[in-house]
Amino acid sequence: MIGGGSEHRSWGDRLVVLVPYLWLALFFLLPFLIVFRISLSQTAIAQPPYTPLLDLAGGFGALREFVAGLSFDNYVTLASDTLYLASYLKSLEFAAIATALLLLIGYPIAYGISRASAKAQPILVMLIVLPFWTSFLIRVYAWINILQRDGLLNDALLALGLADAPLTWLATDTAVYIGLVYSYLPFMVLPLYATLQKMDDTLLEAAADLGCPRWRAFWQVTLPLSLPGVGAGALLCFIPIVGEFVIPDLLGGSQALMIGQTLWTEFFSNRDWPVASAVAVVLLTLLLVPIVVYQHMQTREIERSR
Amino acid sequence: MRRAFAPWTDAEAKPLVRFEAVTRRFGDVAAVDRLSLDIYPGEFFALLGPSGCGKTTLLRMLAGFERPDEGRVLLNGEDIAAVPPYRRPVNMMFQSYALFPHLTVEGNIAFGLKQEGMPRGEIAARVAEMLTLVQLKGLGGRKPHQLSGGQRQRVALARALAKHPKMLLLDEPLAALDKKLRAETQFELMDLQARIDTTFVIVTHDQEEAMTVAHRIGVMHQGQLVQVATPSEIYEQPSSRWVAEFIGDVNLIEGRVVSANAQETVVAALDDKRIRVSQGSSAAVGATVWIALRPEKVRIGTEAPADTAENCVSGKVVDIGYLGDVSTYKVRLADGTMMKATVANATRLIERPIGWDDEVWLSFAPGSGVVLAK
Repeated sequence: MIGGGSEHRSWGDRLVVLVPYLWLALFFLLPFLIVFRISLSQTAIAQPPYTPLLDLAGGFGALREFVAGLSFDNYVTLASDTLYLASYLKSLEFAAIATALLLLIGYPIAYGISRASAKAQPILVMLIVLPFWTSFLIRVYAWINILQRDGLLNDALLALGLADAPLTWLATDTAVYIGLVYSYLPFMVLPLYATLQKMDDTLLEAAADLGCPRWRAFWQVTLPLSLPGVGAGALLCFIPIVGEFVIPDLLGGSQALMIGQTLWTEFFSNRDWPVASAVAVVLLTLLLVPIVVYQHMQTREIERSR
Repeated sequence: MRRAFAPWTDAEAKPLVRFEAVTRRFGDVAAVDRLSLDIYPGEFFALLGPSGCGKTTLLRMLAGFERPDEGRVLLNGEDIAAVPPYRRPVNMMFQSYALFPHLTVEGNIAFGLKQEGMPRGEIAARVAEMLTLVQLKGLGGRKPHQLSGGQRQRVALARALAKHPKMLLLDEPLAALDKKLRAETQFELMDLQARIDTTFVIVTHDQEEAMTVAHRIGVMHQGQLVQVATPSEIYEQPSSRWVAEFIGDVNLIEGRVVSANAQETVVAALDDKRIRVSQGSSAAVGATVWIALRPEKVRIGTEAPADTAENCVSGKVVDIGYLGDVSTYKVRLADGTMMKATVANATRLIERPIGWDDEVWLSFAPGSGVVLAK
């Protein structure tokens, strides 16, 4: 049969394309649908702790009863109680400020690495990734040790005469920012480095040739051309930081909760699965905006490099 | 007009650029080796040589990206070694064009003007002037990636000319263009240079390009200038076998001087044949010299010319290269020497008058050859 071979190959091609869709459907869409369905339920003292439950053996009548039992009440609760709104805003505030700090610290680091000798660059990149070799949880716990009243930071400040008495670090917003910046720095540095490293040095020569001193060339050429890296790094940090739980829980205070902590409280302390699910669904919807922006930027970057 | 321009023959003329015994080393290798050169205002000067000969290093010294290890580079009589690139009144067009991808065509051309702090209105006027100059009117709002290769090349040229530099440096400016566009652009470049009366220094490895555009060519080899002369002088009077072979196609015939005076030289070569060249030589009788003979100056025929005593050899055709406009015949002489003769195909060539394995006569006039001592 003529063309049989190519038909066979196109089947293989289709299968290859199917793999990511299957993965996303199984591990993203399906769980999301389950969470969304729970968010439309009511809490109950039962196993599982919500109603209604779908009894497939009951046939069409049971299904109609199930659908009738679903409601958007939990979303109304989220909107009416300022606790949730405050929690979302606090998360966005933490994420925005932490991302700005990460940029301020990460950009010079990435720029420095990209300007280092070709031999030193892989070593420096490896050193940036090195903290990943230790468990994230252990590293955050280590910060508790550093930041506590008789911890390393206060010891150092006292020894240097920068403070007269031990300062309170732990359980403050400052501690959360320290933890966030420390933990997410590689996510900021790596995409920035990737952009800066592939920049054509001839462009800087051209700028110099046209009368632009080095420092000005940074602002007029290097920085604008590294904006895709800035965007990628910022979103790679901003998106997970909004939903961050461990760092604010271990290092932060109890006065202002991030949305991850609120979600945890609803789920484990209040055992209110439906409200917790609604919190999660709203969070995802909120984050969809920056995720779409990020996707859009990536596509444009791919098109431009073509 | 173009003919009359020859400031290098005028002892009074002041050079715009002077290299004084300049050396630039990279590690142990001298990329530029005790090189001296004068380039005059309004000149179109080509630095020609194979890759790695140091021509780009020389250009980068003018731009300020390289500093001489020894010697001086003078611009209008002043040593510019310590002047950084951004303060030099010269601009460069890069081989890769180095257009800023985040700026539009207008933004690219205006970049250098903004650095000077030129008022907004003047910048706009200058940008428009440049766009007209390089025939890119209407494309000012495009980004570089939306342009064709030829258009990008023009933007790079406009950007480098926008500041009205004293001297424009062009690093292999046409290397990325296809052959036909390159040939057209060479003529445009030549016209442009004459029109705006700016000194152009071009670096190229393409001898045709250098010969088309330049007033003078500096042929570089291993960090040194082996010959600096007009295109026709370089072609017709190469200073050495290396230059003769590098520029165009050439037959080099080794021989011994039989007699030499101020008007002509007679050489014994190719199994004691006599070759007479109407060019004086200071070589001693018996000294080894080479006769350089361009293939297009060799006549080829199946019948013996009237006088076969001098400047005439015979052999057998071993190869014919048909190039459309010309055909090149490779002929093996009795002693095994290969010689090339190029003939313009003046009429349509359905039946070749000369074919493979034909016995042919090669002859040339005394005014055709050049005696080379090295």
